[in-house]
Amino acid sequence: MFHIYCPYCEELREEEEFHPKGQAHIARPEEPDACSDEEWGDYLFFRDNPRGIHHEMWLHAVGCRKFFNITRNTVSYEILETYKMGEQPTVGAEHLAREEKTAREGKTDSVQVAEGGQQTVGASDAAQASVKGA
Amino acid sequence: MQRYSGFGLVKHALRHHEDWQRQWRNPTPKPGYDVIIVGGGGHGLATAYYLAKEHGITNVAVLEKGWLGGGNTARNTTIVRSNYLWDESAALYEHAMKHWEGLSQELNYNVMFSQRGVLNLGHTLQDMRDIQRRVNANRLNGIDGEVLDAEGVQSLVPIMDCSKRARYPVMGASWQPRAGVARHDAVAWGYARAADALGVDLLQNTEVTGFKIRDGQIQGVHTNRGDIASKTVGCVTAGNSSVLAGMAGLNLPLESHPLQALVSEPLKPVLDTVVMSNHVHGYISQSDKGDLVIGAGIDGYNGYGQRGSYPTVEHTLQAIVEMFPIFSRVRMNRQWGGIVDTCPDACPILSKTKVKGLYFNCGWGTGGFKATPGSGHVFAASLAKGEMHPIAAPFSIDRFHSGALIDEHGAAGVAH
Ligand SMILES: Cc1cc2nc3c(=O)[nH]c(=O)nc-3n(C[C@H](O)[C@H](O)[C@H](O)COP(=O)(O)OP(=O)(O)OC[C@H]3O[C@@H](n4cnc5c(N)ncnc54)[C@H](O)[C@@H]3O)c2cc1C
Ligand SMILES: [Zn+2]
Repeated sequence: MFHIYCPYCEELREEEEFHPKGQAHIARPEEPDACSDEEWGDYLFFRDNPRGIHHEMWLHAVGCRKFFNITRNTVSYEILETYKMGEQPTVGAEHLAREEKTAREGKTDSVQVAEGGQQTVGASDAAQASVKGA
Repeated sequence: MQRYSGFGLVKHALRHHEDWQRQWRNPTPKPGYDVIIVGGGGHGLATAYYLAKEHGITNVAVLEKGWLGGGNTARNTTIVRSNYLWDESAALYEHAMKHWEGLSQELNYNVMFSQRGVLNLGHTLQDMRDIQRRVNANRLNGIDGEVLDAEGVQSLVPIMDCSKRARYPVMGASWQPRAGVARHDAVAWGYARAADALGVDLLQNTEVTGFKIRDGQIQGVHTNRGDIASKTVGCVTAGNSSVLAGMAGLNLPLESHPLQALVSEPLKPVLDTVVMSNHVHGYISQSDKGDLVIGAGIDGYNGYGQRGSYPTVEHTLQAIVEMFPIFSRVRMNRQWGGIVDTCPDACPILSKTKVKGLYFNCGWGTGGFKATPGSGHVFAASLAKGEMHPIAAPFSIDRFHSGALIDEHGAAGVAH
């Protein structure tokens, strides 16, 4: 059971008050008519699906009924931060890389990470490019 | 391969069951293969089997990071049916159904396929209209199906509350008599044993960590046991498919979600068919051991941890008890989760990619067990010929850019 801090209510509440609403920070193309099929299909259907850090939108459905964002680890399910709409995350893929390094050095081993490493997607453009490329 | 038979059982009994042959070898990886299959679940193993059996391609390896069938194949609630709405999906799942009907004989392995029928319940007028439409579509496609009213459902399942008192009264159902359940482990093991006998190398504890790609053509894979070369690689990795695609610089329209199931303590036979309800969201059957096998919905968030959330279990059990008040005091024995790869149109992806020689078979989401033999069969043909099999072709990844989706969501009660 998640305990989620709603940045608007400024309180920790139980998971059942919330609904997950998928990947955060997706900008609607400014001119849909000008999009190629490729761009429009990407916008509609292609979502980041990282084994690691994920920025996602949640709705405080039976609370304040506002949307907000969560940065969460999709393997350990640890919630790393919650923040309001319009704000940017402060935790990204680098966070996981750091944890991985600590784990390798044998300090903690809380996060199980897939090898290959390229799947991790953060909010940074560079990380997205590595998944969308080629 | 030592064939299994009643006579063989007696013979082995006389020898105190001490010299059964191992079901498959445990080979060391060769430097290269004609075809590499990544993922040793049912779909991957079936693909390898049909490559060897139907296309004479026996220099094949199946690379599995854990143990054979340890993914969703061993975690699902084993419902097998083919009553999908659209022609494309009906063709694919019915192709599988035809294979199911002879599978134990074909593999010389008892997959315990039991055609005990599946009910998809309707609780609203709209449910019933959708059911009628779907059953009509099924019949036009040569797939068996009937529309039952509440009385018809009650006579098939006497222990279900079909009264008007229920919170969401049962108004009727679709009924596919040829549908049923099968033993999931046996499906993986049966394909594994038969593929191994034809020369396929089953490499367990072998995790693919990257792809070797040169000039847009796949050359092989990197694994924790070294590099293995192949010009044809098929990825059949269910919930981990996005991770694999990322290693090849590809993006798939998938999201990985936890999906859970639970089983009760064993009971005397009480339920001899499969009951599914999309509206109250629960589905249930009784295994041959007597446990009630209950499936939940997905957790709404992305997740790779093979466990599900507590509220989801609670909702599922509410639905089950709503339909079957008689089960209200049954104790649950075990609960687990798998990671399902859901696709925006609730249909799978069987496709070539931008990388030549690299294919994906994924996106089966919450309902791919039933397709195992058909998926393996058409995927093997596609890998062997380098062209997608006609049944697989509509499931290309291109549909997410062309717009030719096969929108099974909601339309067919496709939960599982
Ligand atoms: C709780 C639950 C209930 C379900 N109920 C039903 C049902 O009633 N009916 C139905 O039809 N379907 C059902 N499904 C869906 C069904 O289980 C799946 O669609 C189907 O089993 C997928 O088979 P697969 O062989 O593609 O995947 P899997 O069996 O998951 O096999 C994929 C394999 O790939 C391996 N792998 C992953 N990454 C790598 C790597 N990097 N290197 C090597 N190997 C790798 C994994 O270890 C795994 O063994 C259910 C699923 C769940 C979780
Ligand atoms: Zn709130």
